[in-house]
Amino acid sequence: MQAEELRLDGNAAGGALREIFARDVTAAIARCAGCGATAPMGALLEYGHAMGVILRCPTCDTAVLRAARTPGWTRVDVVGISFLMIPENVANS
Amino acid sequence: MATVVELHNETQRARTLVLDVPDWPGHRAGQHVDVRLVAEDGYQAQRSYSIASAPETAAVSLTVERLDDGEVSPYLCDALGVGDGLEVRGPIGGYFVWDFAQGGPLLLVAGGSGIVPLMAMLRHHAAADAGARAGVPVRLLYSARHLGDVIYRAELEQLAACPEIRTSFALTRDAPPDWNGYRRRIDRAMLEEVGWPVAEMPHAFVCGPTPLVESVANLLVELGHAPARVRTERFGPTGS
Repeated sequence: MQAEELRLDGNAAGGALREIFARDVTAAIARCAGCGATAPMGALLEYGHAMGVILRCPTCDTAVLRAARTPGWTRVDVVGISFLMIPENVANS
Repeated sequence: MATVVELHNETQRARTLVLDVPDWPGHRAGQHVDVRLVAEDGYQAQRSYSIASAPETAAVSLTVERLDDGEVSPYLCDALGVGDGLEVRGPIGGYFVWDFAQGGPLLLVAGGSGIVPLMAMLRHHAAADAGARAGVPVRLLYSARHLGDVIYRAELEQLAACPEIRTSFALTRDAPPDWNGYRRRIDRAMLEEVGWPVAEMPHAFVCGPTPLVESVANLLVELGHAPARVRTERFGPTGS
């Protein structure tokens, strides 16, 4: 199986992201620290793995967000996000 | 904890679970839930499933396709019974969603069980009054391997009788002799035939196996549609 076939949208990580941000951030706009492109978090490319999730920029493939669960800890690396804009008053968020 | 109140077999491989979810806050068409199964030894498996029901419906319906080598879907499709409990988290997602107020026209493109969140959008559309619906025309292109794999077939045929809804089907493996739909995978010519002209500025929602979604999304952008108006929901690899 090709890695491309396992690729999902950032939208699919909405549940895991909610555990980190305490709200739905799939409609939030992230600016990639690698190339400066902006995209809704839901439109990033998600590569899931056993321990967590990696979201990559659809423009330049930079790892925008990495999250992993280890016993007792959730570890989050957001060095790939240079700016995050979270909408207010989104239904069900 | 949700409770299963009804089960419906949609096809040989897909089953709809109708759930009563206490304190459900309501949802938007296109959202999903995460379903978590916990074994007696504590092993956990979690998967995302799209919501099939309209926001206007009180019960929450999920349609699950059985993947034979899956960890979660065989349980949901074969073992789960009415009255059973299910750990459901959601609704989730503010990106792959369509509210009637966003307007149209709509282009919905589904591969296989990718029809599920698009069905929620069609049902949401059908819940509006006739005058409002007329201003939001919808075109659906649905690709499946065989006619028997087409989920919600009877309901889609009913919806296609509405003047503002046009449905097109592509069967990729085999088709009945009298089949008058497409007999091939979705390609550029098909999207040009059944889709909207770029000038209409449709909202496009594409959902299904990752290779199909990426191919269709790339073709729509090649045809001139703005990438920001082409929203995708990749379901991962195909089932077989």
